[in-house]
Amino acid sequence: MARLKIESLRKSFAATTAVDDFSLDVGDGELVCLLGPSGSGKSTILRMIGGFEQPTSGMIRIDGQDVTRLSPERRPTGMVFQSHALWSHMNVFNNIAFGLKLRSLSRGEIQRKVDQALELVGLAGYGHRQTFQLSGGQQQRVALARSLVLEPKILLLDEPFASLDQHLRERLREEVRDIQQRLGITTLFVTHGQDEALAMADRIVVLRNGQCEQVDAPDVLYRNPQTEFVAGFIGQMNFLSANVEGGRFRHPDFTLDVEVQDGPAVLALRPEALRLEPSDSPDAAGVTRATDFGSHIMVDVELRDGARLKVMTAPDARWQKGQTVRLAASAFALYRQNRLLARGGLPVETVEGRSRHALA
Amino acid sequence: MIRSYSSTSGRFDWMGLAFAILLVIVIAVPLLVVFTWAFTEVWRYPSVIPQKFGLRFWDQTLSRADVWEALFISLRLSATVTALSALICLPAAYAFARMKFPGRDLFFLSFLASHAFPKFGLLVAIAAIFLQLNLIATFWGVVLIQLVGTLMLMIWIPVAAFQAVDRRMEEAARDVGAGPLRVFWSITLPQAGPTIFAAVLLTFVSTFYETEGAWLIGAPQIRTMPVLMINFINNQVVVQYGAVLSVILWVPSFIALIFARRVIGTGSFAKGFGA
Ligand SMILES: Nc1ncnc2c1ncn2[C@@H]1O[C@H](COP(=O)(O)OP(=O)(O)OP(=O)(O)O)[C@@H](O)[C@H]1O
Ligand SMILES: [Mg+2]
Repeated sequence: MARLKIESLRKSFAATTAVDDFSLDVGDGELVCLLGPSGSGKSTILRMIGGFEQPTSGMIRIDGQDVTRLSPERRPTGMVFQSHALWSHMNVFNNIAFGLKLRSLSRGEIQRKVDQALELVGLAGYGHRQTFQLSGGQQQRVALARSLVLEPKILLLDEPFASLDQHLRERLREEVRDIQQRLGITTLFVTHGQDEALAMADRIVVLRNGQCEQVDAPDVLYRNPQTEFVAGFIGQMNFLSANVEGGRFRHPDFTLDVEVQDGPAVLALRPEALRLEPSDSPDAAGVTRATDFGSHIMVDVELRDGARLKVMTAPDARWQKGQTVRLAASAFALYRQNRLLARGGLPVETVEGRSRHALA
Repeated sequence: MIRSYSSTSGRFDWMGLAFAILLVIVIAVPLLVVFTWAFTEVWRYPSVIPQKFGLRFWDQTLSRADVWEALFISLRLSATVTALSALICLPAAYAFARMKFPGRDLFFLSFLASHAFPKFGLLVAIAAIFLQLNLIATFWGVVLIQLVGTLMLMIWIPVAAFQAVDRRMEEAARDVGAGPLRVFWSITLPQAGPTIFAAVLLTFVSTFYETEGAWLIGAPQIRTMPVLMINFINNQVVVQYGAVLSVILWVPSFIALIFARRVIGTGSFAKGFGA
């Protein structure tokens, strides 16, 4: 039972502002992902929650208790680092037991808890191993067990799988999600892999330059990005720039009636929201490439003004390079200065398809 | 290794040979001469090989009371100086490596500066002060002067060792509930351990052989092994006394250095895996 509340958190290093007015509520048992490009302040936020950095201003509460000024060892948080940070002069058992010993538990109790933790992460019987005798994935599991054994109120994970290969990463994130659900532990997870965030999170926080762009459930974030940045960051997105004049978005290939003020705007179209039809018109768009992903085909289309779009088509469709085509959109969003102006169209049907392919 | 052999297989490596010969002349020949003298009873010019080998001078040297006394004084001095040096320098080195405080760089520079100063001049100045404090010719006087000499090594190497310790490891320990002191004791020190152990060992060995300070401050009451050796060589024409003492002094330091090499070697080995 733990809630995390972050209020107007701010952190400056000398000249740079790493985190700028960041607020977030994490509910009991929730898994929230911090997602953003490199240098957007994800680690800094996590480290402030863990107590390794002092906020310049703002407040952090865990279950109502203000922990902003507490040192790391007094906080009910458990952190898993990207570099696992296992103590190489101790074996696996002692790595996990270290925190328990500090709490002066009895020997039997420690043994029992360590065994339990190893069992939880699927490493029963590995206690006597040295840390360098483990694979990268196993090391990360030990690091996870080391944090979990102390039953922290908040679990903090900073890109724990970043140094692992793709397959292992996918397996581990399922395992971590599974453990997290079973224990019902409130978790904050940092990643810059959007597929990781979409696969694991209850809610995703998209960060940019230390500021929060949007906080939403993965499906909402994907279907209804509130800013142009989020639209481009999550999944694949085609952008077309043009002017809105007299209630009409005037792009040579896409004209659209929208009730917004005149001015420049950016039209955002998902590849799966676009449809292709053969066309004989002399000023139609041309296919430049078709890439077969097995489950779908991604067709690159070049418009007359040189803009390139990606269109997702069914796997049985055959599109040749150089073929002229006409485009139709079933859903769109319109942005101006990174803000959502308008959106419309039917919701995209291929829900299954998007998380597996559109993001690959 | 194999690659370097094959790459030189075409041409003979004259440079390498020249270096090897130079090293042998500079290092091995004097050692060999000292060794030979230590086991020689008669060796007169112009013979290349001693006329008579024997252990007579070992007997004579080892039966002298002043040799044993000097040995124990040297051991006591080195142990005391090394312990004090570690006690003072290790926390300071940690502070240098981990903490940011005003004047940090200036302080560090001053350490180096004091060691760039001509040593004998510094020693004489200190001796003058010690004279007023009645520290001349006392055990603690020598301890103090030698302590000053060890500071740089005992700060510099441990600073590097502490800086090499992964910060995340320390943070992970804080995270599971260890206070700063506990982290230092249970994580930082063991991680930096092999290198620091080598620094301690080197400090011990170099203190054991330190002569200038020991002679200037300690004479005549406190006579260490090296000082005694110099006396032997200066006052008596018998080369063998000096040679025997040299060999006696050489053996433990050689063992210590081999040991240090092994410890450092395995340390970096394990770290390479753990990284
Ligand atoms: N100790 C520090 N001193 C100075 N600047 C720092 C420090 N730590 C982080 N920063 C700066 O703060 C900003 C945010 O860094 P942070 O590590 O939080 O990014 P991140 O989102 O975790 O990036 P990545 O995905 O690369 O890990 C960066 O501009 C970084 O240079
Ligand atoms: Mg980071």
